[in-house]
Amino acid sequence: MIPEIGHLALIVALVVALVQGIFPIVGAYKGYASWVAVSKPAARLQFLLLLTSFACLTWSFLQSDFSVLYVAENSNTKLPQIFKFSAVWGAHEGSLLLWALILSAWTAAVTLFGRSLSPLMMARVLGVLGLVATGFLAFLIFTSNPFERLLPAVAEGRDLNPLLQDIGLVMHPPMLYMGYVGFAIPFAFAIAAMLGGRLDAAWARWSRPWTQAAWVFLTLGIALGSWWAYYELGWGGWWFWDPVENASFMPWLAGTALMHSLAVTEKRGAFKAWTVLLAIFTFSLSLLGTFLVRSGVLTSVHAFASDPSRGLFILLFLAVVVGSSLALYAARASKVRSHVRFELVSRETALLLNNVILVVTTVSILLGTLYPLIIDALGAGKISVGPPYFNAVFIPLTIPLAILIGVGTVARWKRDSVANIWAKVRLAFVASLVFGLVFPAVAMAHFSWKAALGMVLAFWVFFTTLRVIRDHARGRGLGGLSLSQWGMALGHIGVAVFIVGITLTSLYSLEEDVRLAPGDHYGLGGYDFHFKGTTSIQGPNYQGARGEVLITRDGEPVTVLYPEKRNYLTGMPMTEAGIDAGLTRDLFVALGEPLGEDGAWAVRIYVKPYVRWIWLGALIMALGGVCSLADKRYRVLARREREALVGGVA
Amino acid sequence: MRAILFALLLVSLAASAAIEVHQFDDPAQEALYKELIAELRCLVCQNQNLADSNADLAKDLREKTYEMVKAGKDKEEIVDWMVNRYGDFVLYKPPVQRNTLLLWGGPFLILLVGVLVLVRFIRRRPSTGDHLLSEEERRKAEALLQGQEEERI
Repeated sequence: MIPEIGHLALIVALVVALVQGIFPIVGAYKGYASWVAVSKPAARLQFLLLLTSFACLTWSFLQSDFSVLYVAENSNTKLPQIFKFSAVWGAHEGSLLLWALILSAWTAAVTLFGRSLSPLMMARVLGVLGLVATGFLAFLIFTSNPFERLLPAVAEGRDLNPLLQDIGLVMHPPMLYMGYVGFAIPFAFAIAAMLGGRLDAAWARWSRPWTQAAWVFLTLGIALGSWWAYYELGWGGWWFWDPVENASFMPWLAGTALMHSLAVTEKRGAFKAWTVLLAIFTFSLSLLGTFLVRSGVLTSVHAFASDPSRGLFILLFLAVVVGSSLALYAARASKVRSHVRFELVSRETALLLNNVILVVTTVSILLGTLYPLIIDALGAGKISVGPPYFNAVFIPLTIPLAILIGVGTVARWKRDSVANIWAKVRLAFVASLVFGLVFPAVAMAHFSWKAALGMVLAFWVFFTTLRVIRDHARGRGLGGLSLSQWGMALGHIGVAVFIVGITLTSLYSLEEDVRLAPGDHYGLGGYDFHFKGTTSIQGPNYQGARGEVLITRDGEPVTVLYPEKRNYLTGMPMTEAGIDAGLTRDLFVALGEPLGEDGAWAVRIYVKPYVRWIWLGALIMALGGVCSLADKRYRVLARREREALVGGVA
Repeated sequence: MRAILFALLLVSLAASAAIEVHQFDDPAQEALYKELIAELRCLVCQNQNLADSNADLAKDLREKTYEMVKAGKDKEEIVDWMVNRYGDFVLYKPPVQRNTLLLWGGPFLILLVGVLVLVRFIRRRPSTGDHLLSEEERRKAEALLQGQEEERI
């Protein structure tokens, strides 16, 4: 019964989404007030319906209702409760339902927080979101129904993929989807603004906090995924340039460009058409990511061709969304010329450069991701494009980006001069050179020019940001900085921390696979790893072995690690690495296979300097985003416009 | 993260790290071995290099790589051996050849387009429409503006 309620709610949600998509947009165009008025209740109703549907599916999981096919395939009575909950979005159907739920939640949030929007603008925004939701719900119901019954029911379900039985999974997909789907909001604002024929600074101001919110979630989602892969997979890697990772990284890059471009549009009224294009581009990349991950096209082009229903649907949907948006853009926005003047040497130019580099990076990654699929589909050969390619493309492009952060943040709007900028960054320049060159020589095992380059860039970003903070604080103290100024500063400091993490981890990590019998020890990077042996363990849905490794440095004990090797009911072996996390280094021990009779194991040992800084940097960036979107000017604006509306403009 | 998303694709992915013990004659050999298994693809896996995969084929190919490294072969010889047997698909760093020209040239092209668009955008920037200032007028205006700017400061 409960699954049927969920199913019904889903179908009704589709109908409501259709209503929400059509009536407000047509109504706004024709001027039917009653049609426009449909938008808000429809959006809220849709959220409630999807929440109901999601709750029903969750209930089926918690009750282990194996008459629901999706539950039977992804849950098991022995699965711990928390993982029964997260198993809801552990596979295709449920994660799409989560996608739809999150879209409706964002939409409902617009109806709550977007009160300053004029009713017409609100109707158009909600209408566009309704159309997007229609596409997704149709996809969900017609190709990926999570409520499909399995009759007769089976007594016991298959288990959830053990990889996903981890707190990382409970958090990672929702965060990622919040980001992905969140970019639908600036997209809807952009489309609505074009429909209404008004591309002004107000539109940018409305979009900006929503873009920042989506960006914060996406940043956290990607960082969580990277952290999860690091400790769960036992490979010690944190980024693999996998197509699926790229699928989330491309919208992030485009979204970063969008945030910066929106800043110019809001503050200076410039780059309007470009910003609209970026909003379309960013959301299209989110959809493309969904296509790549969901269609199976990554597994094999041929598998996709043999069962194309899901993939084809998303591809068509993508084509409709991108095609119609670009057509609208060509008709309405491409002719928009901003009459805002700025000189060649100005913050505008720096931000423009930032945008160009970010977009070039994004498109290059897109090329590398799609290239093997395309030439395979064309029958022109089978190749692999992996980390060597992406690193070769990505790293050189980030160097000018880091330099630009320092220049762009100190440059003045409208016009500045090279001499003036130089005067401001001179000290930071010298300091970053000195610190960057000295750091690897003093703090690391050996000097490396690559490390020096990375550290110079990190210090450069850091010192120039300090300079900006100092300038803003002049005469007012640190408390005088607005939240949005803090946001920018933290965002950029996060970048600096991130660069430190990547540079030092990539260049100074030590890795060794060794055979260790109980009582053996092995030295790596100044640490001594003593293997005490293993004991067998029994978990709720797995059994396995747990090793004990004592780590000492100069004879002093540092920590004891307990890496595990588990065999789950599904027959899948899993490595649970033992990790001692530290600000300047991680010690990482993973068990491979037992070797021989004497209790010896193949053991992987890592010493990874500064690896935490990668995720710390992402956290700081996200914190910066939170500060920015909490800036009071958005609330002041909301109040002022509300008052203006009461005056009868609406 | 990829594993999560692959799991969402219902594709199984062996998640235990491939941990093996090898003895090398010198650190250069060990570095070469590590470099190779990181850049060679496990052909039967979703998207994993030899280093990370626990598939049987990956184990065999690691063993083969190890043997060749021990036998003193250099990177090129080993890569050639792999490509002869398995084709370009085995390489995570695709060679520059006819069907990868666009792949390797693409980023430069994209950068070029980006720069051209940027230059055009900046050129068009005054956008006053019918009347554009001549170079001399512009300099005068700029001097004037500069003067104002400095007065204000």
